[in-house]
Amino acid sequence: MLGLEKKDTSLLIIVAILTMFAPFILNPFPEGSALAQFNAGYPDLMQRFVIFGIFAIGFNILFGLTGYLSFGHAAFLGIGSYSAVWMFKLLGYNIIPGIVLSVITSGLFALLIGYISLRRSGIYFSILTLAFAQMSFALAYSVLTPLTNGETGLQVYNSDPQYFHSENMPNIPHLFGAKMQGTYSLEMGPWSFDFNTGYYLCAIIMLGMFYLAIRIFRSPFGLMLKAIKTNQTRMNYTGLNPRPYTLAAFVISGMYAGLAGGLMASMDPLAGAERMQWTASGEVVLMTILGGAGTLIGPVLGAGFIKYFENIFSKINDTVLHQWFAFLPDGMENFVITIIHPFVGKGWHLTLGLLFMAVVIFLPGGLVEGGQRITAALRRRAGRSGRSGDDASSTDTTPAE
Amino acid sequence: MDVILLQLLNGLDKGSAYALIALGLTLIFGTLGVVNFAHGALFMLGAFCAVTVQRLLSISFETIDPDKVDFLGNPAKVKTPYVESWFGPEMGGAIVDWSVPIAILFAIPIMIAIGFIMERGLIKHFYKRPHADQILVTFGLAIVIQEVIKQFYGANPIPTPAPDAFKGSFDFGVLLGFDPNAVIYPYWRLVYFGFAAIVIAAVFAFLQFTTFGMVVRAGMADRETVGLLGINIDKRFTIMFGIAAAVAGLAGVMYAPINSPNYHMGMDFLVLSFVVVVVGGMGSLPGAVLAGFMLGILESFSSMNVIKSIVPGIDQIIIYLVAIIILLVRPRGLMGRKGVMED
Repeated sequence: MLGLEKKDTSLLIIVAILTMFAPFILNPFPEGSALAQFNAGYPDLMQRFVIFGIFAIGFNILFGLTGYLSFGHAAFLGIGSYSAVWMFKLLGYNIIPGIVLSVITSGLFALLIGYISLRRSGIYFSILTLAFAQMSFALAYSVLTPLTNGETGLQVYNSDPQYFHSENMPNIPHLFGAKMQGTYSLEMGPWSFDFNTGYYLCAIIMLGMFYLAIRIFRSPFGLMLKAIKTNQTRMNYTGLNPRPYTLAAFVISGMYAGLAGGLMASMDPLAGAERMQWTASGEVVLMTILGGAGTLIGPVLGAGFIKYFENIFSKINDTVLHQWFAFLPDGMENFVITIIHPFVGKGWHLTLGLLFMAVVIFLPGGLVEGGQRITAALRRRAGRSGRSGDDASSTDTTPAE
Repeated sequence: MDVILLQLLNGLDKGSAYALIALGLTLIFGTLGVVNFAHGALFMLGAFCAVTVQRLLSISFETIDPDKVDFLGNPAKVKTPYVESWFGPEMGGAIVDWSVPIAILFAIPIMIAIGFIMERGLIKHFYKRPHADQILVTFGLAIVIQEVIKQFYGANPIPTPAPDAFKGSFDFGVLLGFDPNAVIYPYWRLVYFGFAAIVIAAVFAFLQFTTFGMVVRAGMADRETVGLLGINIDKRFTIMFGIAAAVAGLAGVMYAPINSPNYHMGMDFLVLSFVVVVVGGMGSLPGAVLAGFMLGILESFSSMNVIKSIVPGIDQIIIYLVAIIILLVRPRGLMGRKGVMED
C-alpha cells in the first residue's frame, strides 16, 4: 500500500491508530482519581508529543542514516518559529503561509550551514553545527532584535498589519477559521477526553512526515546515506561523491526541524531565542538516541517518552510521594521519600541524564533495541518450550548499521 | 593606546580560563583519544570546591553578647566561625578570608580522584566505541553532574569573594605614564592570569622534563609501540586524565571570585572551550593555550564600542566566526598535528 512493504505499512498504520486515538489512550484514568496525574491527554502536551516527534524524525534522517551528529539542529527549529510568527504578523493568523515559509527558510539556512559544515566530518562537524547554532542564538538575542524582538520573544501585536486578516476570522492561529486552540471535550462518566484541532492537524502532518521518512529510508537515496555511515572511504573509491547526498539529508532534516518550529509557533504564536540554544539541540539528540537512532519508530518513541516523563515526573512532589508511600511505617516512609526526592519534581533532568547514560552504555540501539531483545528472549523461550522458533527477523526496526 | 592595553588585559582573564580548560581537554584527547563533553562540568566542580571550602570554613556557632542588643532590645546573638575560636580572631579571620586560595589545596586531590573514578568507571569502556558514543555518554554525565550540584547548591549563583588583599583594582595607567584611571584592572584578575600561567607552565614542564612526561608524550605519538616496550601506558594515561581534571578544577576554583559559580557555568564554558580546542588544533597542547588566549583577547577587542559600531553584534559571534573560518581554511587548526582526527 502507498508503495510500502507490508511491514512498513503495518508500522505506519499502527502509528496512525495510536496518534488518532491518543486522546483516549493518554487519558486512561478517570478524573479525580489518584492516578489522574499520569494522564497526559491534555491538548498542550499532546501537541508537543507530535511536534517533537516531527523534529526527532527529521534529526534521525541525518544522524540515524548518515551518522553525522549535528549539535545545532535547534537553530532550524527557532528559524522556523520566527518565520511563522512573521507571517502571522504580516499576513494574518491563517497558519498555512506561516508553515510554508518556515519550511522554506529553514531549508535555505540548512543549505547554507550544511554546505559549510559538511566539508568536515566527525567531531568537527558537530562543533561546526554547534558554532552556527550558538551564533544564531547570540544574534537573535542581540543584533537581530528588530527581527526577533530579542529577549521578549517575537509575538503578534494589535498594531501589526495582518493584510489578509478579515473581521470574521478568529484572532488566534487558525486554519481557514478552525481555531488551533479549539478543543472538544467528550465527557464519559468520570472520564473526560479532549479532542484538539491543533493536535489533530499536527498529528496528520506528523503521519505524512513519518510516511515520507519511511520512503526515504527505503529509497536508493536512503541506501546511499546508510552506505556513507557504514564506510565513506569505500564509497569514495567506488567513484561516488558523498557530499551531495549528505547535504540533501542535512537540508531535509533541517526542513523537518523548521516544520516543527512552524507548528510550534502555530500552536502558540510566540517565538523566543532560547528555542535555538544548544540545550534544545541536545534535547533532540537525547530523544533520538533514547528511542533508537537509525530506526523508523525510535525517534517518535523517544520524543514521546521524554516529553511524557518530563511532564509526569516534574509534577510529582513530596505531597504526592507521601500519598504513595503512606502504607509504609513512618520512618520507612520518610526514608524512601528522601531517596526518591532528588529524582522527581525539579530533579527530572537528573533522572533523564542517568537514563540517557544507561541507554548509551547498555543499549546503544535505544528503546527499540530493548524491545527487540525482549521479543527475542521471549521467542527463544517459546521456541524451547516446543514450538520451532521462527527466524523471521523483524526488518522494519533493525538499526541501520 | 591605553584603550588597546585595557582590552588586552580584559581578554587575558577569560583567555586564561579558556586556555586552562582547553589544555585539559587536549590532554585527554591527545592521550586517550576521547572527546570529553563533561570537561565543563569538571570546571564547575572546581568552582564549587571553592564554595564548599568557604562554607566549611565559615561554619560558626552562636554566642550571646551581653554588651549589644538587637533592634528588639534582646541581647544580640553573635556568630563566630569555629576557626576563629580555634586560632584566635586574627588568624581565624585570615583563614576565612583566604578560603579561595585554600580551596586550591582541597581541589587538587578531589579533582584528581574524580578524574580517576571517571576514567576507570566510565570512559575506559568507551575507547573502542565510535566518537559519537563518547560524546553522548560524557554529555549525559555532564547533565548528571550539573543536576547533582543543582540539587545541593540550588540554582542561584553563589558569590564567593576573593581575599580582601586582592579587592580593588590596580591602576596600570599611572605605571606606564597614561592618565590615572585610564587603565584599571582588578587585582584578582591579575592573580588569575598569573595562576593560569603557572599551571600551564607546570603542565608543560611536567610533560617535557620528567621521565613520566616523556613516556606520556611517547604514548601520545604512538601508543602501541610504547605498550610493546613493556610500559603500562594505560595506567599513565589514567593519571593524565586525573591531571587534566585537576587543571580544569583549578581553573574553576580560581574563577569563582570573578563569576559567582552557578550550576550551568561549566556548560557555558564547555562550548567555547571546544571551539578553542578545534581552533588550536585537536591534540596540540601549545595550540590549545595559544588559541585560548587569542580568542579571549579577540573577544574583548570585539566588544569595544568602536568596533561594535562598525560591525554590530560582532562581540557575540566573533569566536564562532573565527572557528568557522579556521576550520574551513586550515582544517587542522592553528597547530594541529598531521593524522589526528582526520577523516
